Amino acid sequence: MSVKLRLDQVGMTFRTPNGAFTALAPVTLSISPGRFVSLIGPSGCGKSTIFNIVAGLLEPTSGRVLIDGADATGTIGRVGYMLQKDLLLPWRTVLDNVILGMEIQGVPLRQARERALPLLHRYGLSGFEYLYPNALSGGMRQRAALLRTLLFDTDVILLDEPFGALDAQTKLQMQEWLLGLWADFGKTVVFVTHDIEEAIYLSDEVHVMATRPGRIIESMPVPIARPRERGATLTPEFMAIKERCLALLMAGHDPPLSEAA
Amino acid sequence: MAVQDTGIGDRLMRVPPAPRTQALRSVRRLPVRKDWPTLVIVAAQFGILVGLIALWQAAADHSWIDGFFWSKPSAIFATLIRFFAGGEAWTDIGFTFRSTIFGFLIGTICGSLLGLSFWWSRNYAAVVQPYIICFEALPKLALAPLVILVFGIGLASKVAIATALTLVVSTLTTYAGVKAVDPDQEKLFYSLGASRFQVFRKLVVPFCLPWIISVLRVNIGLALTGAIVGEFIASQHGLGRQILYAGNTYDIALVWVAVLVLSTLAVIMYAAVSWLERILRKGIRQ
Repeated sequence: MSVKLRLDQVGMTFRTPNGAFTALAPVTLSISPGRFVSLIGPSGCGKSTIFNIVAGLLEPTSGRVLIDGADATGTIGRVGYMLQKDLLLPWRTVLDNVILGMEIQGVPLRQARERALPLLHRYGLSGFEYLYPNALSGGMRQRAALLRTLLFDTDVILLDEPFGALDAQTKLQMQEWLLGLWADFGKTVVFVTHDIEEAIYLSDEVHVMATRPGRIIESMPVPIARPRERGATLTPEFMAIKERCLALLMAGHDPPLSEAA
Repeated sequence: MAVQDTGIGDRLMRVPPAPRTQALRSVRRLPVRKDWPTLVIVAAQFGILVGLIALWQAAADHSWIDGFFWSKPSAIFATLIRFFAGGEAWTDIGFTFRSTIFGFLIGTICGSLLGLSFWWSRNYAAVVQPYIICFEALPKLALAPLVILVFGIGLASKVAIATALTLVVSTLTTYAGVKAVDPDQEKLFYSLGASRFQVFRKLVVPFCLPWIISVLRVNIGLALTGAIVGEFIASQHGLGRQILYAGNTYDIALVWVAVLVLSTLAVIMYAAVSWLERILRKGIRQ
């Protein structure tokens, strides 16, 4: 199978006054085109570091990032990156926020808007096109932010806990919405979350990470047929994966507070 | 609930009853706030003004106060008519107005640009910052005599003083805006492949606009102060010169007239800038 995104021994060491700090031990990861891949792990396991390196915002101290086999280490604008916050610009309408990526790439404004409008309508933002972000609910803002990432037209998109700040019910809706979008656009998605169930439900593969140093400790495929029903989260095979993830995450944990006290 | 016993429940049980019993508890209604109609408010404001003027007039007429030093409303009114009939009035008003507006515009625009420029290089900002702070701390009006010597007694020196007063305020406020730009927002722009100039134009400038606008009203007042002080020191025209001249010749009524005209000018400019601020704010929709 061909590889869309490949991390080749990517490592990151920061120099601090107390000596070198390894944020990311060399990580190797290959992702096939059109796959939905999740990274889960405790905070400080280097998930965001990986994303910053893949997005070209951070130069790794070792290793290379390959996109379609070509070296893309330290180059920006190669992948769509959605950060935890929606980061919509308050002085722009939803429509003009969504076209930001195209605008920066030099697409004429009119053309960009013409391209974005039907997508806004199709993906649940009709009626919001000309509103300003502060008039939108959290879920709607995340939708706009995700569409902005998608309209940037890169094959790979990185989603850093996009639904982390949403309430449980909105989160479920957004997951379905995201799966629909992914099926339509056929992008390669790398998804970071703290929510194990979310990771398994959405993904083709789940990579579990650990801290000190940040690294991938286990990768597991999710062999559940798509399209998935919500009920899939209750099947034994889903439960087995979830249990395995939980075990891995708990193993790396410090003893809980109550035992320490 | 079947939680483990933390002891909190026990302690709550043992809290002694409050010393005040239910019967002693003072029960009040929520205070009601009554708003007067606008008309009543305006009438009250107007009434106070008329009352004060009448009191002043009466006090001067009955020699409760020294009419020579305090002047009196009737004399001031007569002088006002004479002031505007004399033809000099509009020259003076125009002179002060122009110095203020030029100083305001130059100070605000240059200050904002200077503040924005700090975004481009943290090193440059770090090097320049102490100078800006020193210039802010410096009582700029103390330099006024020097400014007059350098720029002459014409319009240029008044504009220079007004600029000096407004420039720093705009610079520091805009710089505060620049520092408040969300680093994640910059990250987003760079992840989309933006150049530094694109980040500046599409993120930093629009983000700082509310900061820039927020100083406009402060600056118009400062610019007027600068212009007047310049005229106090040396000038051939202007309301400030008029006040100084009238004071030196003990024409107290004329002092009041000039102050009155100056206040009117200040109110008009303040209102105009507030209006401008509203328009600009609507334009950027914060």
